[in-house]
Amino acid sequence: MGTTSARPGPDGGLGRRDLIKRSAAIGLISVPAMGLLTSCASGSGGGTEKVEKGKVSKDNPLGVNESAQLEVVIFDGGFGQQYAIDAEKKYNEKFPKAPKVKHSATQKIQSTLQPKFNGGTPPDLIDNSGAEQMDMGVLVGKKQLLDLTPLMDAPSVDDPNKKVRDTLRPGVLEMGQFDGDPVWIMYYAYTVYGVWYSKTALEKLDAEYPETWDQMLALCEKAKKQGIAGWTYPGKFPYYLPFSLYPFIAKIGGREVLDAIDNLEPNAWKHPAVKAAFEAYYELQQKGYVLKGTPGMTHIQSQTAWTKGKALFIPNGSWVENEAAATTPKDFEMAVAAPTGLDSSDKLPFGTIWASGGEPFIVPAKAKNPEGGMEQLRLMLSEASSKNFTQQVKSLTAFNGGTDGLSLSSALQAGVDALEKAGENVVNPRLQDWYVKLQKEQIGVAGLGEMMAGRATPAETIKKIQGYADAAAKDPNIKHYKHQ
Amino acid sequence: MQHGKYRFIAGFLVLPLGLYVLFVVWPFIQSIYYSFTDWTGLSPDFRMIGVDNYTRMLDDAVFWKSLQHSLLLVLVLPLVTLGLALFFAFMINVGGRRRNAVVAGVRGSAFYKIAYFFPQVLSIAIVALLFQFAFNPDDGLINATLEAVGLDSVQPDWLGDPGLALPVVMMVLIWSTVGFFVVLFSAGMASIPKEIYEAALLDGAGRATTFFRVTLPLLWDTVQSGWVYMGILALGAESFAVVQIMTVGPGGPDYSTTVLPLYVYQAAFRDGQAAYATTIGVALLVVTLAFAAIVMRLGRRERLEF
Repeated sequence: MGTTSARPGPDGGLGRRDLIKRSAAIGLISVPAMGLLTSCASGSGGGTEKVEKGKVSKDNPLGVNESAQLEVVIFDGGFGQQYAIDAEKKYNEKFPKAPKVKHSATQKIQSTLQPKFNGGTPPDLIDNSGAEQMDMGVLVGKKQLLDLTPLMDAPSVDDPNKKVRDTLRPGVLEMGQFDGDPVWIMYYAYTVYGVWYSKTALEKLDAEYPETWDQMLALCEKAKKQGIAGWTYPGKFPYYLPFSLYPFIAKIGGREVLDAIDNLEPNAWKHPAVKAAFEAYYELQQKGYVLKGTPGMTHIQSQTAWTKGKALFIPNGSWVENEAAATTPKDFEMAVAAPTGLDSSDKLPFGTIWASGGEPFIVPAKAKNPEGGMEQLRLMLSEASSKNFTQQVKSLTAFNGGTDGLSLSSALQAGVDALEKAGENVVNPRLQDWYVKLQKEQIGVAGLGEMMAGRATPAETIKKIQGYADAAAKDPNIKHYKHQ
Repeated sequence: MQHGKYRFIAGFLVLPLGLYVLFVVWPFIQSIYYSFTDWTGLSPDFRMIGVDNYTRMLDDAVFWKSLQHSLLLVLVLPLVTLGLALFFAFMINVGGRRRNAVVAGVRGSAFYKIAYFFPQVLSIAIVALLFQFAFNPDDGLINATLEAVGLDSVQPDWLGDPGLALPVVMMVLIWSTVGFFVVLFSAGMASIPKEIYEAALLDGAGRATTFFRVTLPLLWDTVQSGWVYMGILALGAESFAVVQIMTVGPGGPDYSTTVLPLYVYQAAFRDGQAAYATTIGVALLVVTLAFAAIVMRLGRRERLEF
């Protein structure tokens, strides 16, 4: 050691001094780089400046700046992104002076956008959906979202005398509210939850969809004799069970039972209606009407067992038609029905169903062109755009109507019929968007999952869930909401 | 020349040290700092809240459960994986008895070497997905095999059963990593001089004696680094990936498979409580450091030169 020459090598290579100098230089560079990294997390969040607002007119009720760029990020999931691209084309047709809408689609909403929110440079419109959905409660609580009330009060595209808010399906607008009047989220898709079945399978058993629990048990017994299970569900994600269980509870005890549960009121889960519903589901398990192995299955595995005819019923949402398309036989005749009730003493009539918005669109408070973001939503809520969406992805939209003249698949038609039958009796439990952890991990996996696997009784499960709900109500780290 | 020596050495170290500080040490310091705040991870404003996150963590039943499972993984995984890998490597390289060679592997050892290493070329996510299919209670490979051999009555729910879920997770991790250590230990064994084996054989040593008296002591350094590596794997990304992809919930059923890295992820990216997540991350850091310290301490032995 110590004999290395200080001269540059014969080939003009790097000398020792040069190396030291350069290393030092890199060291110097890395200091501001560190500063950059920190600012990612805790920067001032000043963000970029907003574009100037345009002139409000009859054609431009939101006052969009006609030459400003619009940036949209779409969740590229089950619904794809083509519907959004089509709608963006309409935006550019309407505002020819604006540059082409900057469109991107990703499944990684959170990893892509969280740094932009932290840095104060979010896009103008986001479809905040999928497994990497950003927590809405936190976004609202931290004032990161724009109030969409101007959009709701703007005239609709199809009928200038009708406000956008009056063209929406029931419950959609309320879902976008968290506390008080501001509307933070515009749910674009409309999902029907319930009990999904194959009309063909029921016909083979010479049965109708059961309306009371006695009929349900009789049908399951009949199926069992032929080696078919009554029910299956995604055992690995037991939070699918509430899709039929919650409206079942509402049907037995009325809407206010679910409201009390959502509001995390003390002893909300100890209501007799909850007990009756839990006991009914537990009976399915105890009598062996649940497909063997269900507690270990994913949603895909259980759906596949169901489309293969191994089980009659599965609690699910309207996306199942698309998701299970590959394994669904041609003559399956997929349909959805409202949950079977207990008996004639139930408070609400048969048909009570859970339906709510999906694909939550948000406009960030710090967006450069927020009016553009809202205008894009207004265009998407036109009848033509809504029809385009329904046709492309086999799902309803928040736009009330928009199915006339379309030829609907069996499952989609069943959803429309179920909504019609439900009429006023559409319930919209909010646990799954207000308290994600409580709904999925605690009520779903630790509560219902254990009960439906036969490892806990309904009484134990109710006690456990009430404990979780009480803890969530007391937890200062969770933002709390109430039904208005 | 003496006075320039340290400057010279420092010159070489500035770059790697700078990178290390920037990308390893600095994030650690940052997360320790954030663990004293109420940062949500979704907006740039937060305030200092002292040790609230830590007191909350100590009261958190799910945290203790995750810690318990992580510790279990860190004990069981290295022990089983390294034990199996040592056994396989020994049989492949030394365990055979052939006429023309004194020290050789069992018949077909070249094939086994490839077979063991094969899982290593698959990403852990793919391995977890494949096993998810295999453990499907309805028509997965394993229950179908059980049925085929007449065990119709033995059809466990596997990942749906709180008693079996964590063992299944461990089995998948062992399956996917054992091959790497077989290759690592094979390389280590190849560097042990044959004469030592021959001498042992002449003295009448059997397979077991040869292994415990010759192979293992001479391989100790490799085993020790394997132990550290396996521990990191059990506390880090691999255990997270398998639990996240395969288990009920994930982390279930009823919290029976939740591990610290999963809990960090859920707190940060599901619950929007990034500060609390960094607090759990600090706990994970402490566990990791303690593990490394223990392994280094226990593993200290005299080194044999050959």
